[in-house]
Amino acid sequence: MKITRHQVEHIAHLARLEFNEKELDDFTQQLNNILTYFDKLKEVDTTGVEQTSHAIMLKNVFREDKVRNSLGLNLSLKNAPEKEGNCFRVPKVIE
Amino acid sequence: MELHTLTLYEAQARLKKREFSARELTESFLARIEKVEPQIKAYITLTPERALKEAEEADKKIASGDITPLTGIPLAIKDILCTKDIATTCGSKILKNFVPVYDATVIEKLKKAGAIILGKTNLDEFAMGSSTENSAFGPSHNPWDLSTIPGGSSGGSAAAVAADECIASLGSDTGGSIRQPAACCGIVGLKPTYGRISRFGLIAFGSSLDQIGPLTKEVRDAAILMNFLAGYDPQDATSLNIEVPDYTSFLQPDIKGLTIGVPREYFVEGIDPEVEKAVREAIKVLTNLGAKVIDISLPHTKYALPVYYLIAPAEASSNLARYDGVKYGYRGGKNENLIGMYKKTRSEGFGTEVKRRIMLGTYALSAGYYEAYYGKASQVRTLIRKDFEEAFKRCEVIVTPTTPTPAFKIGERVDDPLKMYLSDIFTIPVNLAGITAISLPCGFSGDGLPIGLQIIAGALEEKKVLQTAFAYEQNTEWHLKKPTLQTTTSKQ
Repeated sequence: MKITRHQVEHIAHLARLEFNEKELDDFTQQLNNILTYFDKLKEVDTTGVEQTSHAIMLKNVFREDKVRNSLGLNLSLKNAPEKEGNCFRVPKVIE
Repeated sequence: MELHTLTLYEAQARLKKREFSARELTESFLARIEKVEPQIKAYITLTPERALKEAEEADKKIASGDITPLTGIPLAIKDILCTKDIATTCGSKILKNFVPVYDATVIEKLKKAGAIILGKTNLDEFAMGSSTENSAFGPSHNPWDLSTIPGGSSGGSAAAVAADECIASLGSDTGGSIRQPAACCGIVGLKPTYGRISRFGLIAFGSSLDQIGPLTKEVRDAAILMNFLAGYDPQDATSLNIEVPDYTSFLQPDIKGLTIGVPREYFVEGIDPEVEKAVREAIKVLTNLGAKVIDISLPHTKYALPVYYLIAPAEASSNLARYDGVKYGYRGGKNENLIGMYKKTRSEGFGTEVKRRIMLGTYALSAGYYEAYYGKASQVRTLIRKDFEEAFKRCEVIVTPTTPTPAFKIGERVDDPLKMYLSDIFTIPVNLAGITAISLPCGFSGDGLPIGLQIIAGALEEKKVLQTAFAYEQNTEWHLKKPTLQTTTSKQ
């Protein structure tokens, strides 16, 4: 076993997802199959090999710190599932 | 000849000569859509009124001589590109009601050039899939056989082109999502070099891999579209600030002396014999045109799939964290606390494959596993990139099959994620290396399903890809074949 059902539950919490019992079983099995397949990578000797996090070698990209047009309040809030006044409305954060 | 069967190149020439108007051309497509869309289901959203209005604008421009090669050309757009005031769903319930307040840079460019948008095409949810079966709006169907998949994730874009429901379309390619559906539907699909086209307004899946590109009926049309799509954009920090060539100038069918590499690792286990035969035949055609074929090796090919399915989900798990039910999209969990609301929103809003990849990515990035999974995959990615660098010292382009098999049946692979992932085995390495490749039709299976030929070149070498593809296309007739669709009688 690469990943236990308990770990799957923990990962789900980190990813802000929740699953029913059957989904947990299915995901545990599928993730184990996939991770076992990924074991292939262990064959590769990567001693001293640099990581590629990006296909093109970009250095820092700078631009002038200038004020530009922005969306504005109405457009920014346009797609909000819930809003109140000039704000996005969310459930109470502080207990 | 019916107008909807025209290529972009033919249509623009005839629009310019005023043989028909942009409105007539657009109406022809709207009529075609009405006829065949009930079977193909290529579109999520259709915008006929807007399209007709845009067509009238285009006709005014044509009348005044203010014309570009895209003026009055009806296109379809993958529903992952933000279109101002037109719903952009990503094939997901979580964005079902999302209406962007700005255009993606490529959409802005197309509009400025006078192109017409017919609608937004179906895709696997957030571009995660190889069949469009992961769309929350149901699958699209392959025009060559309605019981098979059109490929994915840009399956709607490919099916719409193949069924003459648009002249050309835009897709996005993270691991093969333009080339694989193009192969399945018997059309041309180009994945440009990473950074060549601005990703601003392309809803992110795997940010180090995603690239926008055209799906077209012929190679020439892809070159025409590239002239408008490519270029630096200050809104995308990863877009390349390098001069854009005239891509149509590369359409020279002479490939005498061109060295073509054929990687032995692409003709091994799992490849369908009919696919292998068609690709070997295509290589013969290229040889007869004067190209020199050499045997090459890309030794890390077999590791590309696990590398991709660690890196892409890792990036996706981070990118998709933004869907939290606050700023846009679906919100679930009334009366829940904040965390509960997040969980309900995401669990109800995302489909199974998206959740699977978020889980995989979150795990690969989590404390204690990061080095073993994400770190290792990023190192092997370097080796895959170097394989190509080495190969391109000996050859100018690499020719392979686009997919190991022709299109499979709808439903055939949905229960086996790993088997589904294998559909992209020949396209993924190109994204990991950030280079460019095209798929174009090179034959049919015994069941009448299209087979795709992939031509790969190094970073910013679209010239070689287009030239080789054009030479092949000019000397074969696969691209002229059309699927026979039984059209439903329109309701009067």
